[in-house]
Amino acid sequence: MKARRSLAERLVLGAPWAWLIVFFLIPFLIVVKISLSEAALAQPPYKPVFDLGDGWEALSKLGELSLSAYAGLADDWLYAQAYLSSLRLAFVSTLCTLALAYPLAYAMARAPLRLRPILVTLAVAPFWTSFLIRVYAWITILRDEGLLNHALLWLGLIAEPLHIFASDAAVVIGIVYSYLPFMVLPLYNAIARQPPELLEAAADLGASPTAAFWRVTVPLSMPGVLAGCLLVFIPAIGEFVIPDLLGGSDTLMIGRTLWVEFFDNRDWPAASAVAVVLLALLLGPMALYERSQMAEAGS
Amino acid sequence: MSKGSHTRTLALLFGFSFLYAPIALLVIYSFNASRLVTVWGGFSTRWYVSLLENDQLIASAWMSLRVAFMSALLATVVGTCAAIALTRFGRFRGRLVFSSMIYAPLVMPEVITGLSLLLLFVALDIPRGFWTVVVAHATLGMCFVAVVVHARLVTLDRSLEEAAMDLGATPGRALMSVTLPLAAPSILAGYGLAFILSIDDLVIASFTSGPGSTTLPMRIYSQVRLGVTPEINAISTLLIAGVALVLVLGLALGLTERRQRA
Amino acid sequence: MSAAPLIALENVTKRYGAVTAVDDVSLEIGAGEFFALLGPSGCGKTSLMRLIAGFETPDAGRILIDGQDMAHMPPHARPVNMMFQSYALFPHMSVARNIGFGLVQAGMPRAMIEARVQELLRLVQLEGLGARRPDQLSGGQKQRVALARALARKPRLVLLDEPLGALDRKLREETQFELMRLQRELGAAFMLVTHDQDEAMVMAQRIGVMQAGRIVQAGTARDIYERPASRFVAGFIGEANIFEGVVERVEAGLCSVRLKSGALVETSCPCASGQSVTIAVRPERMLLELMHDDGAANLAGVLLDSAYRGDRQTAQVRLDDGAIVRVARSGFEAASSPERGAKVSLSFAPQAAWVLPE
Repeated sequence: MKARRSLAERLVLGAPWAWLIVFFLIPFLIVVKISLSEAALAQPPYKPVFDLGDGWEALSKLGELSLSAYAGLADDWLYAQAYLSSLRLAFVSTLCTLALAYPLAYAMARAPLRLRPILVTLAVAPFWTSFLIRVYAWITILRDEGLLNHALLWLGLIAEPLHIFASDAAVVIGIVYSYLPFMVLPLYNAIARQPPELLEAAADLGASPTAAFWRVTVPLSMPGVLAGCLLVFIPAIGEFVIPDLLGGSDTLMIGRTLWVEFFDNRDWPAASAVAVVLLALLLGPMALYERSQMAEAGS
Repeated sequence: MSKGSHTRTLALLFGFSFLYAPIALLVIYSFNASRLVTVWGGFSTRWYVSLLENDQLIASAWMSLRVAFMSALLATVVGTCAAIALTRFGRFRGRLVFSSMIYAPLVMPEVITGLSLLLLFVALDIPRGFWTVVVAHATLGMCFVAVVVHARLVTLDRSLEEAAMDLGATPGRALMSVTLPLAAPSILAGYGLAFILSIDDLVIASFTSGPGSTTLPMRIYSQVRLGVTPEINAISTLLIAGVALVLVLGLALGLTERRQRA
Repeated sequence: MSAAPLIALENVTKRYGAVTAVDDVSLEIGAGEFFALLGPSGCGKTSLMRLIAGFETPDAGRILIDGQDMAHMPPHARPVNMMFQSYALFPHMSVARNIGFGLVQAGMPRAMIEARVQELLRLVQLEGLGARRPDQLSGGQKQRVALARALARKPRLVLLDEPLGALDRKLREETQFELMRLQRELGAAFMLVTHDQDEAMVMAQRIGVMQAGRIVQAGTARDIYERPASRFVAGFIGEANIFEGVVERVEAGLCSVRLKSGALVETSCPCASGQSVTIAVRPERMLLELMHDDGAANLAGVLLDSAYRGDRQTAQVRLDDGAIVRVARSGFEAASSPERGAKVSLSFAPQAAWVLPE
């Protein structure tokens, strides 16, 4: 058995534990608790139930828990639509990101060795600039009188401006653009670390470059594809900034719904219930992502 | 050379144009004399001048810098501890829960993280302001720091630490004098990452800030909602220039370091 | 060699920047031949093999397979299969799918592929392991899978890049004989790249010795060992004692050579009087005797060291002029060995002295 840990060791382990429990785990329990309260015109704007300060008596108040916020979610078709549309937009965006990122990551991984660090830096650099600003940049491009339409009209490719801005398509473009580095990086890693002799062996055994790509490179990059897709899909579902700035008034995404419930309607129990259901939806993909990450770190 | 290499060059050109064209356009139009964002009215720096007169914007930029500095510091200390625990403490009790909590915020939708932290502060009756944003950003940042530093620590040869202990260093000393110096670049990168995450964040800050602690992204967001103005292009350009400078410096530093080692 | 060689290299040159990895190499390998390319690391032997496989293109010269120029033939179209040093097994495929990979590419029907894979598994003695993944195999098993995969398409020429490098000594020796058996049974030509002279001498019918991008000698193991073409070959394959001198006199097929040290030795190699020669003598052909009296000997020296190595006994002698000479005797004969520091005299038969053609 291991010897007892020293004070310093216990501090090193205890500090992050305490931090995560206080600022990550407990807040979620509070979200769950408030999702079970009733909205009220008060400050804070909900009727507190199940207060831990009450000690054991709190248990007797279990009956007062209210499912009204969840009933509201179930009653209003709009919520279900927002969840579904979030899933749909996140799914489509993930596929588009993959389609765009794979050729880029592949070309990066096959570039001369001395160029690769520069290419990786170039691919990741946009991630270091403000997310908000990058989304904002697309407003000027996509608007009806924006740069894209100007360019296309000038080229004579279209006669009428395209209405991309304030639509689901703009949201997809925004997500693809913003999350591209998250997809490129795991793909690049998965392709670059494949031993080059594997492709030579495939060629030696009669596989044309195309056949070798589909039968060796692609299957071996699947862990990267999975990690990249999850890294885009999960946060995209709850995305707020992109649908808010690029989407139309009819673009339903659940992150935006939560925001509106909280800030505009001041319905904290509803916002909390939206969050709880969203989290429940994401639990599967998140567990999958964590498992792939831990397998990666372990290997 | 071959057909394949042409296709790959094309993929690189296309991919990087997609990544950089919007940013380039943003920068170019920040020097536009015209108020209309999409019509070029000649070169001008008037929007930069008007930035200097915008006290609110400057105040929120200052707020963002302070928040980022503090939260990244906290995140680096706690995150590095977490990385050490993950790498060096073997299978301690609750390791799976611990590492799940480290990885979860990396993909967790920001609206959930923001909402849950706000509700915590309300439940604890803590007035929202500078420190609540710092704590919220540090929570997100520490997970990124932990992952970055952990990735570096697992690649370090364990026998270096063992050699130090063999030569009479206590485990703590070996960690401080051998492992941490070797992991220093990743710790620095972790700090930079946490700093950028904080400077960038709109959603979590919107939930956890109070009156008087408006951050720069919050200010920009409220202006964007009112309509696109070249002034936002100007502040964006300044932010991009700042990040570019740091990146180039970091890259140059890394290159010279590698050259010295070679 | 028969009329048409299977592989013919004509003045092949390959450069990487300023380095010439393969320098004007011409070589022929016959059908069914077991050929070994032997040389120290960095001599260009792997580059030469990669040129034949098609992974590199020569800067000059031609590579012909069955008389056909391979210049514009991509690797996947060449009738050559390679066993990689790292084995390069596809980690995402089972053993059976690895072995069948080349057959799938050839468009063979599924049932035939299965039968052929079973046959190959039997051939390399891995029956029942077809469903395993490469990472579940031992080093020796991986080596066999790589071999079976390279044999699957019945190539005319199999390239083996240091195939036994990753195996431990005992397994390596067993596998050497196994590879020879397979090569005989299959009748395909094998080209082995190795830096291990034993491996080359045991397995190959013919050996090409490479140095700095050139093939400096090609021939049977006996040719190369007994009649090395250069000082490098003499030293790389086995050990050699080198003596330099001038031919004094030629008489009845024997040349008397005056060495620099003043000693007079004889060789049966043809030489001309007055010619400067370099003589190589293998350690096991040196005779060592204790000097009982203080009579003078031709090659006199002091025993520096001797070691008993089971099958043989080796010794180092410092000659009076300072040169170090190695001597070997069979271990059985060396029941009693002279003591360190003993004065000894050395000699060799004229037939043992090979004049290097330099």
